[in-house]
Amino acid sequence: MAVDTADAVLITELMAKPARRKLWPAVWPKLLAVAIFIGAWQVVVWLHWKPEYVVPSPFTVLDQLRHDLGTLTGSVGVTMRRAGEGFGLAILIGAAIGLAVARLPILRAGIGSMITGLQTMPSVAWVPLAIVLFQLSERAILFVVVLGAAPSIANGIIDGVDNVPPLLMRAGRVLGARGFSALRYVVVPAALPAVVSGLKQGWAFAWRSLMAGELITVFPGSIGIAQTLNVSYQNSDFVGVYEAMIVIFVIGVVVDAVFFGTILRAIRKRYGLIDAAAL
Amino acid sequence: MTAPTELEVRIQPAAAVSIADVSKVFGNGRGSVAALDHISLDVAPAEFVCLLGASGCGKSTLLNIIAGLDQPTSGQVNVRANRTGLMFQEAALFPWLTARGNVELALKLGGVGRDERRKRTDQLLEMVHLGDFAKKRPHELSGGMRQRVALARALAQDAEVLLMDEPFGALDAMTRDRLHDELETVWRDTRRTVIFVTHNVREAVRLGDRVVLLASRPGRVAEIFPVEIPRPRRIDSAEVATLAAAITDRLRAEVSNGR
Repeated sequence: MAVDTADAVLITELMAKPARRKLWPAVWPKLLAVAIFIGAWQVVVWLHWKPEYVVPSPFTVLDQLRHDLGTLTGSVGVTMRRAGEGFGLAILIGAAIGLAVARLPILRAGIGSMITGLQTMPSVAWVPLAIVLFQLSERAILFVVVLGAAPSIANGIIDGVDNVPPLLMRAGRVLGARGFSALRYVVVPAALPAVVSGLKQGWAFAWRSLMAGELITVFPGSIGIAQTLNVSYQNSDFVGVYEAMIVIFVIGVVVDAVFFGTILRAIRKRYGLIDAAAL
Repeated sequence: MTAPTELEVRIQPAAAVSIADVSKVFGNGRGSVAALDHISLDVAPAEFVCLLGASGCGKSTLLNIIAGLDQPTSGQVNVRANRTGLMFQEAALFPWLTARGNVELALKLGGVGRDERRKRTDQLLEMVHLGDFAKKRPHELSGGMRQRVALARALAQDAEVLLMDEPFGALDAMTRDRLHDELETVWRDTRRTVIFVTHNVREAVRLGDRVVLLASRPGRVAEIFPVEIPRPRRIDSAEVATLAAAITDRLRAEVSNGR
């Protein structure tokens, strides 16, 4: 939305600073957690709880992962293209609906609560309808992703616009911000933290919906990462299943926590919504 | 006191703000509440007028009407300025902008060009002694500093009339003292007309050329006290204390009358 260049520069600055200074203290507990997880996994393998082709050693999986990186990168590319298109479309639709509901009381009364209801609808439940409407195609997946993500994005905008402090609206009006300039200089920046939280949540839903969509709709042509997962499963290639799951997890964490999380923290710090020392 | 007629208003074109027989009623029918009752007051250009009253006397309502944020039920307000600057008890700064950004936005919304804007912002921040804090955001500033930014922002509007709604009410006494001095200097240097709302009698005497005592429920002008004490004044001086005591007595009488 209306983040001008000065804001963008500031966000980059804020993102860069803690990364340089405080990288290690943030990273080592995570590395330790991963090491403990891999250790526990290996212990399960040693206990022969399940045959090794069902629960292979983590090192077998990581080895295979390194080996398959080329092909996996291909399917990740397909998936990320779909995620980008779906999330982008969800932003357009979610923003339009969010702004309309926030500004028009009749729409709010009519569909305001339904948007929240839509958010709780598991995206898998949309898949059969998507297939009926669009067959096994890219458009079916897009449909599921947009329906998964758009409600959160719309809710973020409604929440942000609703919670603009009245005092700031008054201050803006006194300074001569009316109509569009009130929107541009007061409402949009005041709503920004809530809007970005909405985007972050919308991404999480988009990612889940995309995985659900890809898992169920396998069709010839472009193969995404969850489709790779499905194919590996069908072929009883369980190492492949683990590989795909690891990739899905890593992408989810990187985009959600690292990308959106960092932007959101930077905004909250800038707005004085969190203690700067806590960063 | 009788309300001025149309003619009287017209023969005093010199008033920066003229409030003529203003009443304000909230709600209607049996549940209606009279907030302001036939208030008339003329404020001269470059005059510093303090509106003093207990809570519920409608002083903020009156200020909102002068600012054009609210309409009177009857009567008229004429402000001989294109617009008015307004300061609240809370600084009401935009948290996403720096001190500088807040002041600059006021200029931008006032249609001031970019280069001129930079220059004026620097001057205004210097005027309120915040030159070194220009890049700080509101949450990084103290309460007093935030009110200084708010003052600079109100001044940036270049409004001839500055309305202040208990702007120092939430500050500690020492900070308030310093801001009184600064406000007095700014007022003297910029020749603004100031209407300053407060419930602090000494503050009113410290700052005002006149202190307008408002009675409560409904709000009306009880008495107007001219303050002849030479400036610069000190809030703890004997003259201020003496006049403040007299006004306090009158205020007490007003409050007990109301009961």
